Amino acid sequence: MKICCLVKEVPDAAVEKRIDPETKRLDRSGEKNLNPFDTHAIEAAMQVKEGGAPVEEIVAVTMGPDSAVRALHKAVALGADRSVHLTDAALEGSDVAATGYALAKVLEKESPDLVLLGQQSDDGECYTIGAVVADHLKMPSLTQVIKMDAADGKLTCERQAEYGYDTVEVELPAVISVGDAINEPRYPSLKAIMGAKKKPLDSHGAGDVGIEPDRVGQSGSRTAVLELRPPPQKEAGEIIEDEDTNETVEKIVVWLDERKLI
Amino acid sequence: MAGILVYALHDDEGNFNKNSLGALSEAAKLAGELGSEASAIIVGDVSDDAAKGLGAYGVKKVYRAKDVPEGLAQPIVDAMAKVMTDNDISYALFGGGLLGFEIGAGLTARLNAGVTMEVTAVRAEDGRLVVERPILQDSQIADVGYVAEPGIIIGRLNAFDENETGGEAEVEDVAVELSEWSSKAKLVKRGEQRGEDVNIEDAEILVGGGRGLGQAENFKMAEELASSMGGAVAATRAVVDAGWYPYAAQIGQTGKTVAPKLYLAAGISGAIQHKVGMQNSENILAINKDQNAPIFEFCDLGVVGDLHKIVPKLTDAIKAKKGG
Ligand SMILES: Cc1cc2nc3c(=O)[nH]c(=O)nc-3n(C[C@H](O)[C@H](O)[C@H](O)COP(=O)(O)OP(=O)(O)OC[C@H]3O[C@@H](n4cnc5c(N)ncnc54)[C@H](O)[C@@H]3O)c2cc1C
Ligand SMILES: Nc1ncnc2c1ncn2[C@@H]1O[C@H](COP(=O)(O)O)[C@@H](O)[C@H]1O
Repeated sequence: MKICCLVKEVPDAAVEKRIDPETKRLDRSGEKNLNPFDTHAIEAAMQVKEGGAPVEEIVAVTMGPDSAVRALHKAVALGADRSVHLTDAALEGSDVAATGYALAKVLEKESPDLVLLGQQSDDGECYTIGAVVADHLKMPSLTQVIKMDAADGKLTCERQAEYGYDTVEVELPAVISVGDAINEPRYPSLKAIMGAKKKPLDSHGAGDVGIEPDRVGQSGSRTAVLELRPPPQKEAGEIIEDEDTNETVEKIVVWLDERKLI
Repeated sequence: MAGILVYALHDDEGNFNKNSLGALSEAAKLAGELGSEASAIIVGDVSDDAAKGLGAYGVKKVYRAKDVPEGLAQPIVDAMAKVMTDNDISYALFGGGLLGFEIGAGLTARLNAGVTMEVTAVRAEDGRLVVERPILQDSQIADVGYVAEPGIIIGRLNAFDENETGGEAEVEDVAVELSEWSSKAKLVKRGEQRGEDVNIEDAEILVGGGRGLGQAENFKMAEELASSMGGAVAATRAVVDAGWYPYAAQIGQTGKTVAPKLYLAAGISGAIQHKVGMQNSENILAINKDQNAPIFEFCDLGVVGDLHKIVPKLTDAIKAKKGG
């Protein structure tokens, strides 16, 4: 069995994210990191492998600029055997539809038995890439999975949907996005971090994987950001720093009392 | 024709989802502005009366795919792609919810469409729809347009209000051939309730507990605080998924929507999917040790500190005040 994990490089959580007013795209300067939600996908792949299913290979796959190689190195340090980098100036500014299409094209070349993704990208927060990729690959899919058991060529998955918890059986090959409650990702060992750069990394341009140029990039996207503006200002709440807890509690009680809540 | 098709989700008893009904009303309004029609699609065994009844929300027509199962996305993608193509429908609209995200995403690939998600408002402009989508944890609002049709719009929970105007819809049964991969996922169990049944909707005071509580046992602390104020305890998905608290107490996108007089969030980061279920509370008080937690952006009183130190003392102080 071959597992591909989709991973993305995102701005570090501590960096304030801003939009470049010129291009209306996310300003990608500053510290970056592997999307924390994707570490759960890699961990899930490792657990399938360690659980006894015959996993030959775990491949980390990303689409992004040159710097995205660092996210691949982190993914390899967490357990992936090798990685694939789809990178091309023509892909810049791709929206969800275009990104999903491009990722499906690069995955087609790998023909995995299982594609795992994170529940959301920390910057884009679209929650949708998995289901877009799945339909292009003509594979069954499920998102937000918090329990996944692999046996006999199929997965038994659990996830929370609108009416409670659903249990779903999915035949392989399949595309599964995992929720962050599925596991507790391990920390990479120092040795794994040091060795990550030596693992094989294939780089592909859009043409190498048969991507039609008019379906990607800003020009190939089906949506366009017309305008950006700040949300209506809500009156900022009062903030108390807890230094002396007795005093803090007193202030909270006064606040509650003033509003007739106690 | 530039019609709008809305997926109306229902549970196993045939009750339609409130957010789907809101989307129907929204579609009817937008179709009026576009000079076209709104229709609904339902799958599974829905009675004639229930189907016709969707007309009350302003849709003229209801497509019913009886043989398509409810509850998983891909068979519904097959049904919607067929109805949109056969009837030349330009937009698909979804109320907030998990299935809408999955169906909308699948349709995007199938129809080579544009997609927007977490949409809070939609308007017609020059014969096309334009949506508002908050991004970067609601710090910016983007107006997004579609370069070409079809366009897929996935709403945020509670973004669209139901508006019952009366009337009956015409029902058309459609036969849908499922694509091969759509039949490769099977719903074994749907809507399992985990944990006991608790009532949080009627409480005027709610203490919400999140991952910051640290472990299941610490929900006791939240329960004691809630009972000192005569309230109940609610929870985030993170802790419900972890098995710390019952699903019936979950607030948010795949949980309940509440608007109590007081929502006291203890150890909750304030993720969008949680916020959508409690942002209309009259007063929001947050205790969180991370001053950058998103919840501090929309609470009325924010306390930056360790809840393990604050909550027990607060409980005692409230009890003392009430006693005295
Ligand atoms: C499709 C989808 C649907 C979802 N549906 C829902 C839903 O219905 N409801 C829902 O709630 N979520 C939902 N989520 C998940 C949501 O995105 C968040 O992951 C979740 O709400 C986070 O829960 P949390 O605040 O408990 O945990 P975290 O985000 O981990 O936050 C814990 C907070 O506790 C604070 N903390 C830690 N220790 C302490 C301490 N000692 N004292 C004080 N503060 C402390 C931390 O600073 C942190 O801010 C959904 C997600 C997706 C993608
Ligand atoms: N450019 C990308 N390259 C690889 N994987 C991606 C990319 N964008 C999104 N993903 C994957 O899709 C998941 C969901 O992202 P999103 O739909 O943007 O919230 C992420 O957790 C990643 O696993």
